[in-house]
Amino acid sequence: MLKATLITGRTMHQGMGLEYGKFSEFYKEKVAIIFIDPEDLEKSNIQHGDTVRVKTPYGETVVVAQKSKEAPHKGLVFMPYGPWANLISGAETNGTGMPHFKGIPCEIERAPNSKVLDLEALLMQYLGDE
Amino acid sequence: MRTITDVVCPVCGCLCDDLEVHIDDNDQIVKVKNACNSSIAKFTSVMKERILKPRVHGKEVSLDEAIDEAAKILANSKFPLLYGWSTTTVEATKKGILLAELLGGVIDNTSSVCHGPTVLGIQEAGVITGTLGDVKNRADLIIYWGSNPLESHQMHLTRYSYMSKGRFYKSKKERTMVVVDVRKTRTARLANKFIQIRPGEDFELAAALRMAIKGQVIEQEEVAGVPVSEIEKFADMLISARHGVIFFGMGVTMSEGKFANIEQLVRLVQDLNGFTKFIMIPMRGHYNVKGSGSVLDWITGYPFGVDFSREYPFYNPGDTTSVDILRRKECDSALVVASDPVAHFPISVIKYLKKIPLIAIDPHESATTKIADVVIPTAIAGIEAEGTAYRMDAVPLKLKKLIEPPEGILTDEEVLERIYERVKEIKGD
Repeated sequence: MLKATLITGRTMHQGMGLEYGKFSEFYKEKVAIIFIDPEDLEKSNIQHGDTVRVKTPYGETVVVAQKSKEAPHKGLVFMPYGPWANLISGAETNGTGMPHFKGIPCEIERAPNSKVLDLEALLMQYLGDE
Repeated sequence: MRTITDVVCPVCGCLCDDLEVHIDDNDQIVKVKNACNSSIAKFTSVMKERILKPRVHGKEVSLDEAIDEAAKILANSKFPLLYGWSTTTVEATKKGILLAELLGGVIDNTSSVCHGPTVLGIQEAGVITGTLGDVKNRADLIIYWGSNPLESHQMHLTRYSYMSKGRFYKSKKERTMVVVDVRKTRTARLANKFIQIRPGEDFELAAALRMAIKGQVIEQEEVAGVPVSEIEKFADMLISARHGVIFFGMGVTMSEGKFANIEQLVRLVQDLNGFTKFIMIPMRGHYNVKGSGSVLDWITGYPFGVDFSREYPFYNPGDTTSVDILRRKECDSALVVASDPVAHFPISVIKYLKKIPLIAIDPHESATTKIADVVIPTAIAGIEAEGTAYRMDAVPLKLKKLIEPPEGILTDEEVLERIYERVKEIKGD
């Protein structure tokens, strides 16, 4: 298990994915991911391409681990903006209107038996009729 | 086949205005020149996941029925939230403001989850800013702070900053670029100097730089993970520039401190103007998020989070902003125009959005249209509809209509006008 600080942000592929379609395979491939520092990957026995569960005080999400090309940034992990990251971002704004999208403490562990949900299934699981 | 030149790109806040769009005899866009990857993706995906028929509770209906249902929901609400506006025209936002006033609701744009803290910081301290033309022609020191334009604004470096050919600085050889970030991003790898800071310590670094440029002693070995000797060298670089600019992004506005980070950057730029010329420009994301704020500003006095429930415009971020209103479960319906909060807001507030009547106006399917009670498809602004958009430096540019929208599809402005008129009828005005 890896303890880290999560930041979310824009990537070019995430921006392109918005245009190709939110329900496209491209969007899911480029957004339902987490970039981890190579040394952190090794230390926590997570491989590039592994399915991982990311937990924060606000929730948990299942995404694919990727080796960061923007290293070194030990202890810091990055996820593109989107529905998978927003399962673990916080809605408190401290009087600014801006929720917690960056600087969130998180734990990451391998989740070989879990599946990365596609957007349709994610909406159904979290927002389906009760 | 026809070619339209000088097309303004409706993707990011760069609003590049030199695109060349090739359209075949079937009115389909087949090629775009001078465009970045995101722009090509948009121009060549016009019909992907396109909504062609209005829907009410998942069933296809006529446009009149959808507008009637949307108007009834809004007219019967005590406090509707009107959110989005960053990927449509200024003219559509204007209609949205009139509708919010008529309804006594709140109108907010995506600034509240991007550069809202920039507005708050500027309201605290003022701002010394300029245009991208200033930067292109005159700036010799370019700083990207918490911003990664090679990913988010792909033409920014070549059209407006480090690699642009300006009047007084012709190439990157004549300029210096510095990147301040928590990761060595693609942009950082191109920079002459990369300053890697600890996450959430932008305020501290800006404050230390303010001390260093004034020659004050910093009684620490490092600040924000940066050795003081590095900070002092960076400070020398700042005051030695002939014309410097700080472009700043979500790395600053979303990190710990939020608006206080911006205020500190503003103060740094103000201090630097005691030595040389320095400006700051926010890296606005969506192509017209600046415009939606500007039109709100000139009509109501406030650029986002404007509440009309008191029958006059009231603004108090943290109170009148979308995430807060949804978190506190205050609104009793929502109208989302040209945005996808279901994909971009924290899930806890989206669960409430799902419970209230939700109307979505959008050309394409999104996470929001999938859960909306009423869906009204519209033309794509800047491709199928003309209008005005504001670049990140507040320069307004004209969006062109390049091709016809699918049959029966109106513009955002026309749909909002019809909803407005129907709400007026229902309310008996």
